[in-house]
Amino acid sequence: MRKVIPGFPFTLGLTMFYLSIILLLPLAAFVFFAGGMGWEKFVAKATEWRIVHGYIISFACALSAALINSVFGLILAWTLVRYDFPGKRVMDGLIDLPFALPTAVAGIALTTLYTENGWLGQFFYAIGVPTAFSAVGITIALIFVGIPFVTRSVQPVLKDLDRQTEEAAMLLGASKWLTFQKIIFPELVSPLLTGFALAFARGIGEYGSVVFIAGNKPFETEIAPLLIMTELEQFDYQAAAAVAIVMLSISFISLLAINGYQRYRIGRRGV
Amino acid sequence: MAYEVELKNINKHFGDFKASDNINFGVKKGRLIGLLGPSGSGKTTVLRMIAGLETPDSGDIFIAGQRVNDITPGKRGIGFVFQNYALFRHMTVWENIAFGLNVKKEDKEVIKKRVAELAELIGLSKFTDRYPMQLSGGQRQRVAFARALAPSPGLLLLDEPFAAIDAKVRKELRSWLRDTIHKLGVTSIFVTHDQDEAVEVADDIIITNKGRVEQAGTPAEIYQKPLTPFVADFIGESVHISDYTIFKGFEEEGEDHPGIIRPEFIDIGIDEKEILMPLSSERGVVKGTYFRGSNVEVEIEVKGVILRGNRSLEKPPLKKGDKVFALIHRIYSFSGGKTAVIENKSKRKEYVII
Amino acid sequence: MSEKTVKYFLIFVGALFLFTMLILPLTLVAFEAFAKGYDAYIAAISEPFSQKALYLTIEATIIAVVLNTAFGLASAWLLTKYDFSGKTVLGSLIDLPFAISPVVAGLFFIMLFGRLSPFYPILSEYEIAVVFAVPGIILATIFVTFPFITRELVPIMETQGRAEEEAAATMGASGFTIFRKVTLPNIKWGLLYGIILCAARAMGEFGAVSVVSGHIRGKTNTLPLHIEILYNEYNFTASFAVASILVFLAIIILVLRNAVEWRAERSGKYGL
Repeated sequence: MRKVIPGFPFTLGLTMFYLSIILLLPLAAFVFFAGGMGWEKFVAKATEWRIVHGYIISFACALSAALINSVFGLILAWTLVRYDFPGKRVMDGLIDLPFALPTAVAGIALTTLYTENGWLGQFFYAIGVPTAFSAVGITIALIFVGIPFVTRSVQPVLKDLDRQTEEAAMLLGASKWLTFQKIIFPELVSPLLTGFALAFARGIGEYGSVVFIAGNKPFETEIAPLLIMTELEQFDYQAAAAVAIVMLSISFISLLAINGYQRYRIGRRGV
Repeated sequence: MAYEVELKNINKHFGDFKASDNINFGVKKGRLIGLLGPSGSGKTTVLRMIAGLETPDSGDIFIAGQRVNDITPGKRGIGFVFQNYALFRHMTVWENIAFGLNVKKEDKEVIKKRVAELAELIGLSKFTDRYPMQLSGGQRQRVAFARALAPSPGLLLLDEPFAAIDAKVRKELRSWLRDTIHKLGVTSIFVTHDQDEAVEVADDIIITNKGRVEQAGTPAEIYQKPLTPFVADFIGESVHISDYTIFKGFEEEGEDHPGIIRPEFIDIGIDEKEILMPLSSERGVVKGTYFRGSNVEVEIEVKGVILRGNRSLEKPPLKKGDKVFALIHRIYSFSGGKTAVIENKSKRKEYVII
Repeated sequence: MSEKTVKYFLIFVGALFLFTMLILPLTLVAFEAFAKGYDAYIAAISEPFSQKALYLTIEATIIAVVLNTAFGLASAWLLTKYDFSGKTVLGSLIDLPFAISPVVAGLFFIMLFGRLSPFYPILSEYEIAVVFAVPGIILATIFVTFPFITRELVPIMETQGRAEEEAAATMGASGFTIFRKVTLPNIKWGLLYGIILCAARAMGEFGAVSVVSGHIRGKTNTLPLHIEILYNEYNFTASFAVASILVFLAIIILVLRNAVEWRAERSGKYGL
């Protein structure tokens, strides 16, 4: 079909060319290589206990961090949209810091902060919580990288929410808390889920901010991306590919599940 | 006579939706055409296909005798006024109007003269350095009009040109647009869903429904001789009757006699003096009266059917429950799927008696 | 609890969270960087390997941003101005890097250009090094950052619709003219915003670059990688000194980001 606005062949060509070189070709090379490994080898590599332990650590820490960020992200979005207070603009601007700050910098800063003698670590160690070189530390690093996702997903939706429905609920006698539970929160479930999924996916794959604070002890604090690095350094490309396949599957399945759930919700509510 | 614009056997689908179903019509040079139909009737699609913004699945489009199906929109020699104007928001009024001329790489002096001329024409000479956001709806509409006219197109297409304007300004703008187009003599087609607008502005009206052309003609023709039940129903106000043979003067054999009655087809009188032919009239009861500014709309029940008629404000007022005479002059009959005007037969007899 | 109490409690919780998670780490970087005094700081950041790493980071960032801007504009235009089959698939493909761990992305390039690649014999015959060399670093950086601009532009261009472009097309304007005169002025703030995000991520990318770089000091070390090396050598002061350069850049990016957002909001109000 002829296109009204000129430029279709050019933009299509450029986009496809760029995608092929940057994305499709590397992806194809990976699939080609991973496919050549064979099923049995893949299973053998991917189910080694040290590696399985890595997925579990990555998964559990990413999940906890995303959950914690959902709570604080919601609080932050709420305060930024609904309240006026001095320093609000700075606070709003600061939320994007994890997007702007290189993860390696965050990594060394957080590690130093949470070691046994660190500014914050000393308090945690005093109550018996080892914050550095532990799963707690990994979670802290993943909280850092995930801060903006939930806030930035919820904020615009909260801003555009029709205040009249709230006023209607309150005129009907509902308390503030009930209004939040019944009127506001249901509207925020969808952006919360989106933010959660993005933070979780980022957490599963995160490397830079985590390697420093994790301590990288086998069977203890080795995360999945680090295992790929380790295997690569030992030139065991197949093992690296096997771990990568499992990681990719986890990311895709969780994103698909969230997307599917969102669609189901939308379908049910007829929006 | 050759047509300036001609559509032949145009078909267009959007997925399962048939937007154009074998559309055929021609527009003569210099005419101002209103494409009228309910929303979803495919009128905007027709306009966009003429402009080249959509491509028909089959059929041919001719502009000035040339088949334009494979010609890009920019080379068809048309001006297009978009429904929401699509003014370039970061360009001033002047830059907006000059855009088409700049694209054609016209001489700087020519552009300057032409833009000034058009700004004068639309009465916005003083606002040429304003941005679209700083103008009122009516002003934006006129800028869109001037921008489309600037490259002197042979054909001007306007998509719902008054839809986004306040009711009061709309009236003024309608007559302004009609007069200006006539003055310029440019062949124009505009799309509207508002019959008053079509009747008031257009030389000829083309009525579309469900992707088909129902009827084309002057406003008077369409009003007086609707060719299809849809047109009869769509144009003017009407009350549907499932069987018109129950009324005096419309008795007929057979079954299936649906039709419609317009308010202006009925005279309502409080007594025999007010009605010229009481013998041909039905008796009815007033169900309600509604003040309509220049007259009163009266709702009456006749033989179990609710009819509507107009009554002059000069005559004594009616109230609910009043017994009245109702003379039905004529009915649009849809018998057998055809539209025909049927006159009250007993009226003629009564006339003979008198 | 009164409404006011709730308000101040929530503001306090939010502020405390941001303070411990964001402000403290930043302060710590500055504190540690100057722990051994101003001279040690200057020595650390002006050391040749740090300088080289800075240049490489700038180089990779500029190349990635320039190429991704071209791609971002073309793909966003493609996705919003035309209807064609496979559009949804294309959109998802562009989003793919968000779902791929940077380390895995780096692995892709090892597979494509490394020793096990079918291209390796050809590449080595012409002595073209991609992996463990600068081109690999640039490719990995591009991979991780290419969706940013498209992502930023598509929603903006979708809301703006196609009418202005169609209007220009009916007047016979060419694709390039339409882009330059009609589209670009409408999306300039969004584009700038996307470029800033892309640049921020490009200069800080660690995982993907770490895989393909080979960590050759003075050759394939970017600033983040250099920080890692110094840190692992227990040269904390130097490590934090180099990190402070990136913190400085990050703050500039944040300020720019907010300035652009503010400007875009204002222009939205007046339509200029």
